[in-house]
Amino acid sequence: MSKKDLSLLVLILVVGTVVALINPRFLFVGNLSNTANQIGLFGIFSIAEAFIIIIGGIELSVGSVIALLGVLFIDLIVNHDVNWVVALAMIVAAGLAIGLVHGTLVTRMRIQAFVVTLCGLLIYRGAARYYTEDATAGFGFGASFPMLEWLAAGRTNILGFPLPHSVVALAVVAVIAWVVLHRSVFGRYLFAVGKNEEAARYSGIRTNRVIISAYVICGGLTAFSAILIAMYTRSISPAVHGSFYELYAIAAAVLGGCSLRGGEGSIIGVVLGTVLLQVLQNLVNLLGIPSSLNFAVMGTVILVGVLGDQYLVQRRQRVGVAKGREQASVAAAPLERVKVE
Amino acid sequence: MSEPFLELIDISKSYPGVVALDHVGLQVSPGEVVALIGENGAGKSTLMRVLGGVVEPSGGVIRVDGTARSSLTVADAIKAGIAFVHQELNLFDNLDVAGNVFIGREPVQGGPLRLIDRKRMYADVAPLLERLGCDFAADAPLAELSLAQRQLVEIMKALSLDARLVIMDEPTSSLTLAETDRLMRTVAGLKAHGVSIIFITHRLNEVMQCADRAVVLRDGRVVGALTRAELSPAAMIRLMIGRDLKSLYVPPAAPPGDSVLEIVDAVTDTYPGRAVSLSVRRGEILGLAGLVGSGRTELSRAVFGIDRLRGGTIRLDGEPIRIASPRAAIEQGIYLVPEDRKGAGLLLDVSITENISLPDLASYMRFWLVDTERENENAVRQRERLKIRAPDVRTAVGSLSGGNQQKVVLAKWLSMRPKVLIVDEPTRGVDVGAKQEIYGMLRRLTDAGVAILMISSDMEEVIGVSDRLAVMHEGAISGFLDRSQFSEHNVLQLAVGHTIEAEGP
Ligand SMILES: Nc1ncnc2c1ncn2[C@@H]1O[C@H](COP(=O)(O)OP(=O)(O)OP(=O)(O)O)[C@@H](O)[C@H]1O
Ligand SMILES: [Mg+2]
Repeated sequence: MSKKDLSLLVLILVVGTVVALINPRFLFVGNLSNTANQIGLFGIFSIAEAFIIIIGGIELSVGSVIALLGVLFIDLIVNHDVNWVVALAMIVAAGLAIGLVHGTLVTRMRIQAFVVTLCGLLIYRGAARYYTEDATAGFGFGASFPMLEWLAAGRTNILGFPLPHSVVALAVVAVIAWVVLHRSVFGRYLFAVGKNEEAARYSGIRTNRVIISAYVICGGLTAFSAILIAMYTRSISPAVHGSFYELYAIAAAVLGGCSLRGGEGSIIGVVLGTVLLQVLQNLVNLLGIPSSLNFAVMGTVILVGVLGDQYLVQRRQRVGVAKGREQASVAAAPLERVKVE
Repeated sequence: MSEPFLELIDISKSYPGVVALDHVGLQVSPGEVVALIGENGAGKSTLMRVLGGVVEPSGGVIRVDGTARSSLTVADAIKAGIAFVHQELNLFDNLDVAGNVFIGREPVQGGPLRLIDRKRMYADVAPLLERLGCDFAADAPLAELSLAQRQLVEIMKALSLDARLVIMDEPTSSLTLAETDRLMRTVAGLKAHGVSIIFITHRLNEVMQCADRAVVLRDGRVVGALTRAELSPAAMIRLMIGRDLKSLYVPPAAPPGDSVLEIVDAVTDTYPGRAVSLSVRRGEILGLAGLVGSGRTELSRAVFGIDRLRGGTIRLDGEPIRIASPRAAIEQGIYLVPEDRKGAGLLLDVSITENISLPDLASYMRFWLVDTERENENAVRQRERLKIRAPDVRTAVGSLSGGNQQKVVLAKWLSMRPKVLIVDEPTRGVDVGAKQEIYGMLRRLTDAGVAILMISSDMEEVIGVSDRLAVMHEGAISGFLDRSQFSEHNVLQLAVGHTIEAEGP
């Protein structure tokens, strides 16, 4: 765990303690379990976003993809009687395909990621609303998928704590993503491309392929979280479902130490960033702050967090220099200096 | 000599784990040319950054015109008449030449509107272009200029300030002989006008040519100073590295073998009408000389698969091959050490270790994961071999001195097994001692059967290290030279497109 991640963890504990002191309901098992579920759902697509931010790109269509793929998934299993395993595979494949298209447009057509994914944001939202004719898609009264529901939205009691399965899913995704990003060769390539694409190319890295892969991974993970979210909400109004989720994802990544300039970021950080955002959400509810202020609170805390981090970084550098100076004077002492005339 | 107007007294500066400057003193009098020399990482650039107000010293006094201060700001430095040509180029790709020269102090018109007076800007740049003999126009977009041309722009920027003291930190590191010559004349001109110059370089003949005295730094300390009368390459080298150096040229262990890399009628985008043919043999160093802009870098980029070849073929061991990407080139065993280390060579805020292993990560792979232990071991080995001066292999490359960064770029490729190695300005900014190490390493590679194509604008290097020379002029080879024909005169003749008379010098 880096120092950055650690300070984020401290921030979470401080905020958590304050909330718990003001309103002990924060620590109730039910509340914690629900917050954990939110963390699980939001964490997965935040990790997806982090892959893109690390290569120096941006993905703005996350929320719209969650709406479109959620609608399609429910439609497939409810109205078209597709086996849910097959439907799941189809939706994830669709997510991968969306990523492939974005990645190709960014690399081969040389369109900026912001533009490509902004168009995606508009297109997928429109498609979702058109497909359902703006009606809410959901499970009818008779429809029931006990296995799927248990897997995606169920909870298992562990030592008396109802652990949401979304958290288990997040844990699995996070561990794999951590290994891929921080230990694998491919992960190194992702960071290298984010830092200096030209130098990466000169080093023989197939940069276009790396970038496309990042978008494909992002698309696949987003599709997976779209299914979990659809199973959790059980009904989707395509006009608002998942809106602003891309911003939650970007916020979590930035809080977690990703640089929008690319080449920096950690999975632990992104997960902690998601935790902080959801605790804040919970704080707004529990402390009786008008929910209209929700975003304002979140924006303020992110700003303060980033400012505080900047302050710590600068202080650490100053301290480091002071240490170097001490070593310098020690090293210089026994040597005599030659004078210039 | 007149009184010094600038005095640095007991200046120290430390970075975490590094003492960059240790009680350094320096004085500059009007109209004096001071050469500042020393090994890579000796602290030359840091000392000058203190003078330029970019770096705050940890201790010491700076006295300008009798007023003592503990540090300068950039504004103070400019007010004191100090202009700075930085070692690493600080230019804007999206502006033209004139825009770069006048960045931050553009002439304005239109009263409160403060519109840029473009006409005056171009008019003011014209004499500077003339003075340095530049072959590009004031409105040329910077993005289209070569590294050397950019360096000239950086120099123009300093000249345009009408400074009392011009600091030049390795201004010639990517200039060719003709341009260097013009710069030397400019330096003499400035001196005649009473302007002082501090000149940092690793090319000792330049010191001989222009300096009134030389100050030598080692490990952040002044280890000696030489007056004009005492100046000699040998004396400088002894002070810099504490020992003597042998001559440059080491003959190959065995006569060269068959052609490994053959370039046949290659045409690049820069010179669509011209074709290049050359071949590099097993076990030899083929030097590729020429003026800046003669198409050498473009040729190397095309062979390495960065750019498309417009025409012609490339043969490896006699077989025609297609190289569509750097990856393909590397797979064939063709490596390129690029000229632009900041843009194409390094990830600046990444560690030395990770930079070195980047092109060869696959071989540090175990079950798709990076074996960091082996990766580290290799980096430590390379650091020792190339004498890379850094507190630790985990240090970010960006905090190393210029020459040490160059060594990291070389280390990236030397830890792999090339068939053909193309090096583009391999020792740009590298000190004399380390240059020797690098030449030795190139020779060991050729003795192990590697074919090396060495692009270089450093005449001493081209003549001193190559086994054979090809000279380029405007996108085509103007001639080949054998060792017996090597001379500055011959290389220059070919470089400007003349032919040389019959056999030998
Ligand atoms: N920003 C920095 N952070 C940490 N260390 C630094 C920084 N800048 C310079 N150093 C260290 O200070 C020392 C002196 O560096 P400097 O750039 O002055 O060397 P130099 O004499 O100019 O060498 P070269 O000939 O290679 O340009 C080096 O060891 C370098 O690693
Ligand atoms: Mg330097």
